[in-house]
Amino acid sequence: MDLAKLTISEIQQGFRAGTFTPTDLLRTLELRIQSAEPTIQAFLSRDFQTALKEAGSADVSLPLGGIPIGIKDVINVKGQPCTAASQILRGYTAPYDATVITKLRAAGAIPYGRLNMDEFAMGSSTENSSYQVTKNPWDTSRIPGGSSGGSAAAVAACEVPAALGSDTGGSIRQPAALCGCVGLKPSYGRVSRYGLIAFASSLDQIGPFARTTRDCALLLNALAGRDPMDSTSLDRPAEDFTAQLGRDLQGVRLGIPKEYFVDGMNPNVRATVEAAIKQCADAGAELVDISLPHTEYAVSVYYIIATAEASANLARFDGVRYGKRADAPKDLMDLYLRTREEGFGREVKRRIILGTYVLSSGYYDAYYLRAQKARTLIRRDFEAAYEKVDAIVCPTSPDVAFPLGERTNDPLKMYLADIFTIAANLAGICGISVPGGFVEEGGKKLPVGLQFLGKSLDETRLLSIADAYENASGWSKETAPL
Amino acid sequence: MSSPELNIPAVARLARLALTEEETATFQGQIGRVLEHIENLKKLDVTGVEPTAHTYPVFNVTRADLPGTSLPREAVLGLAPRAANSLVIVPKVIE
Repeated sequence: MDLAKLTISEIQQGFRAGTFTPTDLLRTLELRIQSAEPTIQAFLSRDFQTALKEAGSADVSLPLGGIPIGIKDVINVKGQPCTAASQILRGYTAPYDATVITKLRAAGAIPYGRLNMDEFAMGSSTENSSYQVTKNPWDTSRIPGGSSGGSAAAVAACEVPAALGSDTGGSIRQPAALCGCVGLKPSYGRVSRYGLIAFASSLDQIGPFARTTRDCALLLNALAGRDPMDSTSLDRPAEDFTAQLGRDLQGVRLGIPKEYFVDGMNPNVRATVEAAIKQCADAGAELVDISLPHTEYAVSVYYIIATAEASANLARFDGVRYGKRADAPKDLMDLYLRTREEGFGREVKRRIILGTYVLSSGYYDAYYLRAQKARTLIRRDFEAAYEKVDAIVCPTSPDVAFPLGERTNDPLKMYLADIFTIAANLAGICGISVPGGFVEEGGKKLPVGLQFLGKSLDETRLLSIADAYENASGWSKETAPL
Repeated sequence: MSSPELNIPAVARLARLALTEEETATFQGQIGRVLEHIENLKKLDVTGVEPTAHTYPVFNVTRADLPGTSLPREAVLGLAPRAANSLVIVPKVIE
């Protein structure tokens, strides 16, 4: 039995039966990391000795007792580096735990390692990290997706059984799709953002990566809930998100949005997703044609709202209270200008400038206010759809993982590829990507993600549907050939 | 190709961001193309539509006003690029 390939549910059975201990598991994972990392490069850092101590005293009777969880480098873990993969935070050590980390610890889990990402979560390939390039475990000449590419690659390469990421416009679901694992973006307000370095505060949510939908549900049980430190987190009655797993798709109404099957998608991805949707029907789901008529505006709305919020959020990185400061500034303005010039990478600068422009005097109404109104129309599209269906099914990404370096000089092309994931953030609904089949390219098997979108706060049903598809298809049992 | 109204050096100054000449030229083209794409929003009729700032509106969120522990002063000042006498040091602001 290879402990590194087990799901959380399987690990728990092993712990409780006494077949192996949290320390055995952590040592196996560390060996796996040592053999995989020279190629994959998902981890920015890790502290094996601290994790080993925590494994030694882990209480396996707790819901996630003794389970190591990789953490995207944008979530604060006390005493560990937290850089958002940016030079402006090189050397920064988190002085406190994010609420999700406090909650994971309370459930017995062990936060293990800092996972690579696009700088400040801005990107779709993890190539915008200022530290290293993470590779896709299915084909190491390709990107792992992004921005949570390190989280997806680490789970797919069996370096950790699960990881946390953040999703502002698809940054959990898209890398999960491209790396062949399961990634869940909870509804806005479901999970506290306290201790997450903010990108776009009205869109950001933290969520889990794992090998199965069931494992994501177990993690959401630990992560969800109102937090006095995040006033946008919602006060909802406690739910067991595993309660409706193990069902089938009989009587489930799945909406197929015609706008999500567009010209310009990879035809093999389209065929794979259509075959996956047919599997849903074979498993009992009723397929309903629906329309989300404002889809064509989603990319524009997203890149106005997200960059506007980012330009404000990233103003705090000014070289005064923490992080990098430029050498020998001649005055305060010079300190700001050069610290930010030297500390931020290209994509971050691009987005700060776009966000500053759309908020600037004279342009606010034409861009930002208009985008917020269009956001209302996008949200209403989904509300109308959920009167007819229980969930929406569609591709997660229009393409498979693309070759490293292919799109780094064409930001607009990179942005347009987010088309299927960003609307969920704009509408505040929940979404999950599960393995939906494979496409062969260049002699390699590349994963294709199937995305289910549920209405706001309907995660229990969304997870039930994704789990039923996963069990009917069997795709999540496939592991990368590493 | 680039938007004539997009003055990158002026916007960069507002954002407190110094750019090289090469970056300025590259961004002029790249951001100009993104703005051209965004123009598609202009054909959308949004008359009478309320703007969405947050998808799940919650208002007047308060919590009990109870004293709690703060982060230790040394831990926070230890993160500053320059600090002394329990203060963060910055270049002189007032002449």
